[in-house]
Amino acid sequence: MSVATGKTITVTINGETYERDVEARKLLIHFIRDDLDLTGSHIGCDTGNCGACSVIVDGVLVKSCMMLAVQADGATIETVEGLAEGDQLSKLQQSFSDMHALQCGYCTPGMLMSATALLRANPHPNDAEIRKALQGNICRCTGYWNIFEAVKAASE
Amino acid sequence: MSATETVEVTVPVVPWSGQSVPRKEDKRLVQGQGVFIDDMKRHAMGYLHFVRSPYAHAHITSIDVSAAEAHPGVYGTLTGEEVASLTDPFFQIASVPGANVKDYALAVGKVRHVGEPIVAVVAETREAARDASELVEVEFEPIDAVTDARYAQDDGVPTIHEDCGGNLMWHGVYEWGDLDAAFAEADKVVKIDELHFHRFNSTPLECDGALVEYNRGTGQWTLYTNNQFPGFAAIMMGPAMRSGLDKLRFVTQDIGGGFGNKITSHPQLVVCCLLARKLNRPIQWTEWRTDFHLSMSHGNERWFLATEVAVKNDGTLLGFRTRALDDAGAYLRYEPLGGVIWAQVTPGMYKWRHIRVDFTQVATNKAPVSPNRGYSRMQHLWFTERVIDIVAHELDLDPVEVRKRNYVTVDDMPYETPNGCVYDSGDYARMLDIALELVDYGSVAERRADAEARGKLLGIGIGSTLDSGTNNFGQSRLINPELQFSGNNEVATVKLDIFGEIVVTLGTTPQGQGHETTAAQVVADILRCSVDDVHVRAGHDSYWNSHAGFSGTYASQFAVTGLSAVKGATEMLAAEIKKLASAVFGGVPVEALELADGGVRIKESPDAFLPFMACGAIINANNAGLPDDLDVTLNCRYVYRPPFQVPDVETKFGNLTLTYATQIHVAVIEIDPETGYYDIVDYAAVDDCGKRINPQIVEGQVMGATAQALGAAVHEHFAYDEDGNLLTPNFYDYHVPHALDMPPLRTGYVESPSPFTPLGTKGMGEGGGAGIHAVCAAVQDALRPRGGAIVWDSCNPYHRVWQMIQNPAEAGDKVTVESA
Repeated sequence: MSVATGKTITVTINGETYERDVEARKLLIHFIRDDLDLTGSHIGCDTGNCGACSVIVDGVLVKSCMMLAVQADGATIETVEGLAEGDQLSKLQQSFSDMHALQCGYCTPGMLMSATALLRANPHPNDAEIRKALQGNICRCTGYWNIFEAVKAASE
Repeated sequence: MSATETVEVTVPVVPWSGQSVPRKEDKRLVQGQGVFIDDMKRHAMGYLHFVRSPYAHAHITSIDVSAAEAHPGVYGTLTGEEVASLTDPFFQIASVPGANVKDYALAVGKVRHVGEPIVAVVAETREAARDASELVEVEFEPIDAVTDARYAQDDGVPTIHEDCGGNLMWHGVYEWGDLDAAFAEADKVVKIDELHFHRFNSTPLECDGALVEYNRGTGQWTLYTNNQFPGFAAIMMGPAMRSGLDKLRFVTQDIGGGFGNKITSHPQLVVCCLLARKLNRPIQWTEWRTDFHLSMSHGNERWFLATEVAVKNDGTLLGFRTRALDDAGAYLRYEPLGGVIWAQVTPGMYKWRHIRVDFTQVATNKAPVSPNRGYSRMQHLWFTERVIDIVAHELDLDPVEVRKRNYVTVDDMPYETPNGCVYDSGDYARMLDIALELVDYGSVAERRADAEARGKLLGIGIGSTLDSGTNNFGQSRLINPELQFSGNNEVATVKLDIFGEIVVTLGTTPQGQGHETTAAQVVADILRCSVDDVHVRAGHDSYWNSHAGFSGTYASQFAVTGLSAVKGATEMLAAEIKKLASAVFGGVPVEALELADGGVRIKESPDAFLPFMACGAIINANNAGLPDDLDVTLNCRYVYRPPFQVPDVETKFGNLTLTYATQIHVAVIEIDPETGYYDIVDYAAVDDCGKRINPQIVEGQVMGATAQALGAAVHEHFAYDEDGNLLTPNFYDYHVPHALDMPPLRTGYVESPSPFTPLGTKGMGEGGGAGIHAVCAAVQDALRPRGGAIVWDSCNPYHRVWQMIQNPAEAGDKVTVESA
């Protein structure tokens, strides 16, 4: 049986800085959801396949179930809650709604973070680049077709 | 007023219905502000983790939870022994022998599938609950596992439920028409030894879960949950828990996909309830992905054995007989309803009148099967579509021509099937033409030659399906005549609040279908206001009085049951608003009034206008002086009840479902014969669900169902080894479609309004099974020049296609043709 060990970490998420004691084994996604109550990022698998927990850590897209919270000490993190400015949806968020790129909305936060990272790196991706960028995010409702259209529309 | 008064409603110049209104749900969901089940927290809540069986079949000889309970942070545990003393076994739908299954919320004395919950541990954190679960000591005495339904009743095979006296759960014979005459008339009899529909489900991205609170003062549980059929969960849970249904309050908000897979979480919910009471604290349970795969709601695995098809030389289909064998898994959680649900689509889309299905359902040591998108109809429609293509293949006929020769036609509508179901409307042949045009059918020969030149095998396949919606629950009596279920219902309330807010509550539990939006469209059309003025509460709450016994979101019915309830309640409200205005305007007849611009006015003098805000304020807060006999509350509840009769149990005849949406899919594939790998290079999906309230939402359902079908056709399979271990317990091994897997898709639609529903709508969303049929047909078509293997399984991963190329006779030998 493992003995819990802990550490105090500091992270900045969507512009707000948090300092918390965390168990060394706690996953970043559990820290974000359970400790900070930022529940926009979701969990859809146990194995790093689904991408529902995708966030941007120091500018890099990561699946936050594949990283320990202690590894994020000192990091600047962006989650879905930070995409809109006040009531103003980001272009991608609006495009997802316009194109009906979401149904249940469970995969949507992760999908939006992957698409956000894509458009930062490549503002005008072609169809193949959009598909490749979203391959780590599973959606069971839409069949992806409208998601491709939404990302494409937001890039124009 | 009474619910039967009719209200004259003028149609707005531009109705909201029929428009792709942006979804109301989206704003919260794209901002991560949805409330899914794992998002909820309560002070001092405990996290629940299940200890699960590593064996498919074993006696439990001892359980010791002492070390787990002593673990730091642990609040307590629950064992099967406690469950057996505190609850009764769940009510069984089956007649004998399945009726004798004793199914509890935790394993009692025996485990019957890998992943079956044995003990529940509750702790301060998820991690502590998991750690402590590993300290629970369970001793097992393993028994051989039963993993193949075909041999489950053989001598010497272990019995899974001793109380049933064997592994047979249910058996029934369905026969309509005159089989002897049909086979006498036939020119040919096509015999198919064995067809197999594989085991998979829709794997919603959010797993099951609940947050359950117990109120000691009232004895009531509140279950915040993502269960998608609270009406069913309640009738399963209440008697088992020896509790009245008023003590079970179900609340849902956002649900991360359901597809039928979230109907049968009642055993886990009972565990949560018992622990909330035992430990006197809120209990939080979120199912892990692996746990979902191991234990939750697999789709019905079905064999079709010794099939015989009576057919004329020109491809006219006369009838068929088959033995259907369902693998129910370890428990009957919704089964054996799958043994009758298929009968909603008995003849598929074809006019054959002589049909016999000998249906058997057996238990195995696999996860229990329960509804999955297309529940039980998909299996049967796959069978009928396979039969069509095998007949065409064997008789060297064109699959398009065979379909058109046998389709029920637009002129036959409404069409009564041999078993008394009524297909309401549709034009299948026209839909097929549209689908073929979308894939440029005329160029197939040329494209086949082009593929051959590149060393590829091109195949084209058609899948036709019916998405039957709005169940008549009376069909359950064909399974068990003692059951007292029939008909269907759904409830909505619509009210005007004090400041004129239009507030709608539904009994449904949407999981992405956009009910808040489409309900608002229907309301806005009747009240002549903007959809933005209509506030539809998210989710379901049994405190709202907007639910009935069949409330929920399942079985392709919202556009009929839910929206008809909304329509009924809104029309009641519209009539009440006019009655109130009539009184306020000093007795102006209601016929002289109309709703417009967010209020009610006198048609001939529109300046006499009473806004909804004034109506709401008068009734709710400023009602002195109103006439004594003014019977108006501006808070209207309507229960929609479809027009059903109880089917005849003896002849198994009657209308089992109200509407029949239709899907025709066409797949074009290219196989690499060296490896068996194939790409879907072109794909068309044509849908007809009657009147479309929101075309964009409808098309979204069509697309999503198609994607699920393609995943199931090519990859997704809950495969077990002979010891009963699930080989695909996570998204590594169970490959669902990813962005890179998606083929090009062309969609089309036809609108054939249902004559049987208040809005002309049909339930829809489950017709994606057509994709499985289409891919199977395309594979078979592509393999014709390579030995002509018959596709006999619904899942055709690349290795199976390669095997069919290597050894076409292995599959081809399953089929013979005899001249009659």
